Amino acid sequence: MGVLDLITGKRQLWRGVHVPEFKDQTCHLPIRRMPFAPLLVVPLSQHAGNPAKAIVKAGQEVVRGEPIAEADGFMSVPMHAPVTGKVDRIALAPSARGDLSPAIYIKTYASASQEILYGAPQDIETMTGEEIVRAVQATGVVGLGGAAFPTHVKLRVPEGKHIDTVVVNGCECEPYLTADHRIMLEQPGKVLHGARVAMRAVGAQRAIVGVEDNKMDAVEALKLANGVRSDIEIQAVAAKYPQGAEKMLVKVLLGREIPSRGLPSEIGVGVFNVATLAQIGDLLPNRQGLIERVVTISGPGVTKPGNYLMALGTPMRFALEFAGCTDQAASVVLGGPMMGAAIGSFDVPITKGVTGILVFTHQSVNGRAHMFPCIHCAACVDICPMHLNPSRLGMLARKDRYEEMESDYHLSDCFECGCCSYVCPSHIPLVQYFRVAKQMNREKKARV
Amino acid sequence: MTSTTVIQIQTSPHLHAHRSVDMIMRNVVYALLPICAYAVWLFGVSALALLIVSTGACVLTEHIACRISRKESSVGDFSVVITGILLGLVLPPGFPLWMAAVGGFIAVAPGKMLFGGLGFNVFNPALVGRAFLQAAFPTAIMTYTQPLADHRFSEFIASTLAIPLMKAAPVAALSSATPLMMQKFDHVSSLMSALLWGQHAGSAGETCAPLVFVCGLYLIIRKMMDWRISVSMLLGVAVFGAFFHWMNPAQYPSPLVELLSGGLMLGAMFMATDPVASPVTPRGMWIYGIVMGLITVLIRFLGGLAEGVMYAILIGNALSPLIDNLTQPRTYGERKAVAP
Repeated sequence: MGVLDLITGKRQLWRGVHVPEFKDQTCHLPIRRMPFAPLLVVPLSQHAGNPAKAIVKAGQEVVRGEPIAEADGFMSVPMHAPVTGKVDRIALAPSARGDLSPAIYIKTYASASQEILYGAPQDIETMTGEEIVRAVQATGVVGLGGAAFPTHVKLRVPEGKHIDTVVVNGCECEPYLTADHRIMLEQPGKVLHGARVAMRAVGAQRAIVGVEDNKMDAVEALKLANGVRSDIEIQAVAAKYPQGAEKMLVKVLLGREIPSRGLPSEIGVGVFNVATLAQIGDLLPNRQGLIERVVTISGPGVTKPGNYLMALGTPMRFALEFAGCTDQAASVVLGGPMMGAAIGSFDVPITKGVTGILVFTHQSVNGRAHMFPCIHCAACVDICPMHLNPSRLGMLARKDRYEEMESDYHLSDCFECGCCSYVCPSHIPLVQYFRVAKQMNREKKARV
Repeated sequence: MTSTTVIQIQTSPHLHAHRSVDMIMRNVVYALLPICAYAVWLFGVSALALLIVSTGACVLTEHIACRISRKESSVGDFSVVITGILLGLVLPPGFPLWMAAVGGFIAVAPGKMLFGGLGFNVFNPALVGRAFLQAAFPTAIMTYTQPLADHRFSEFIASTLAIPLMKAAPVAALSSATPLMMQKFDHVSSLMSALLWGQHAGSAGETCAPLVFVCGLYLIIRKMMDWRISVSMLLGVAVFGAFFHWMNPAQYPSPLVELLSGGLMLGAMFMATDPVASPVTPRGMWIYGIVMGLITVLIRFLGGLAEGVMYAILIGNALSPLIDNLTQPRTYGERKAVAP
């Protein structure tokens, strides 16, 4: 806790930027289910780690919730059928990254009840930590905050490490996105239940939920659901981007820094997103699999923005037509506007890591602004949440001195939040330079 | 959305703060305008002509330099307008116009464009111009006139219209000393009210420190100028000035007088804060400001000149890359270096 926190009486991020929120468009809209698309595309690689291995064949009928792909090793998760239907084929499908990757195409039975008949109850209270890890892997849950890192991997504490605190990330600091907000508001019990499962698995005695103070109703809902139990603390933090980044939130809530290139477990912390925990709290007791998620569809290019509960594998075209995407659409971004990737095809499906779909119009898309030389105004240095020197890094990048950026200026610590590009008055694409530099360094390393 | 909708692919971030270099530079020009207006009120048409000539010379030089190097003219980013106005403001109001034009050329051609234009100059261009003029025309630049002369709006100060390379004879008769000169060479203190209202001899825009401060405050509030540099430089002068005053109150005036006199306020608010030539690291900015404050005090009290802000800032500019290198921020989560 710093001096500023004492003056304002609130925990907050020192660096970072205040970005316009644009959350009003959807934050008051309850989660609604989106109908099932006639054809779903379930990629086998929706998470960090090894792609899942398909266990169904073309022509096979599947029941909603049934496993259709198995995990390939510990660093992988299984997939489950998002609808009752028939496997059409296993073929390549476009991904958000722009390349093609194998996916299971499932034709939806239009007349099926779409009831989840798969699954069986299990008693979490009697399970050991390792059993919980295995059970979470079987649900196929990955980090739903965007990273899509397999959750069970984070639940297994590395040898010789001790985790004392579970940090629950309810910041949702990206503009436009309100899915986590609605989940905390509508399903606070599931979030807290999921948090207690995580605490049991890692052996932590306490948890802290960090929620930005632009969602005080969510704070109240969580406090009400928590009642008088003291193992979980709900903490409002002053809204600022990128507070939802795990490194930032841990520092704000606990004053601890995750070491460079290290994991939160090194400082005794496990960090989980609220949507992830809500799914665990929901799926684990019934031994079910992750088949749907809440996605915010928003932006100036849609007429029916909202928070939609969508089957995984729903094609973007179907989702956008349902949300009333206008002819003015000029750019579609998956995730938030600060870190999300623009997609190049309407055939990209919804995957486990998609937090939002934002549609920008020609008026709202950033035009190609005139780029000025760096005037050393230090705006980027002042806001970099990692305390890097983006000004210097940018100058080195322009001279292709990528290795120096890494060896002398900590390039690999940059987590690409985009604050530097956001504030730069010269419109220098700093974070974009850094992505290129990192890629060049990776390729160079691979060649050696 | 139709089957033929074309979508663009751009990399994140997809939002941008609505700020740009030309917007910031334009606001600096706005902040300088009240200072210009006050200078014209104090010194009349001579100050007006001086500002027009110095700004015109700077803008023209940059435009021609861009033409010669076959680049798009960079005049539109307004940084050269600031250089021109600042140069006019730090010259004596009766300064010969042709010399001001030469100063403008030197400020922009070798001071800025030769380094590569905006963002690449090592020194503040306006001060490069003034330093050249001080070396080339030492008499003219030390010749100050009293403000609020009777016919200042109808008549030029005699030296203003001096013909190039001819001796400007009538200057000496009208010359008067600035408060710092009187303090240093004659041990005469100026009235506080004269200092506050800027009604004393001095460079065109430096006389009224409170006005300069308020104009700088506008930029600080709009977050278009770094307050840390201004504050640390003023603090440096105040602290070191107080030390000298405490040692020998008879010889050295109080720090308040130091803060209000000479070009300090204009330098600390508008010239030391030139982002291009100052450090970018937070710690570096404080060190930079304090070093400049110290040098200002040393020149004023121990050097041969009455005023030292210009050299203090130029030395600070020269040190700033070094300061930057020595004050790189500690990265979040940085591990302590392990001995190999």
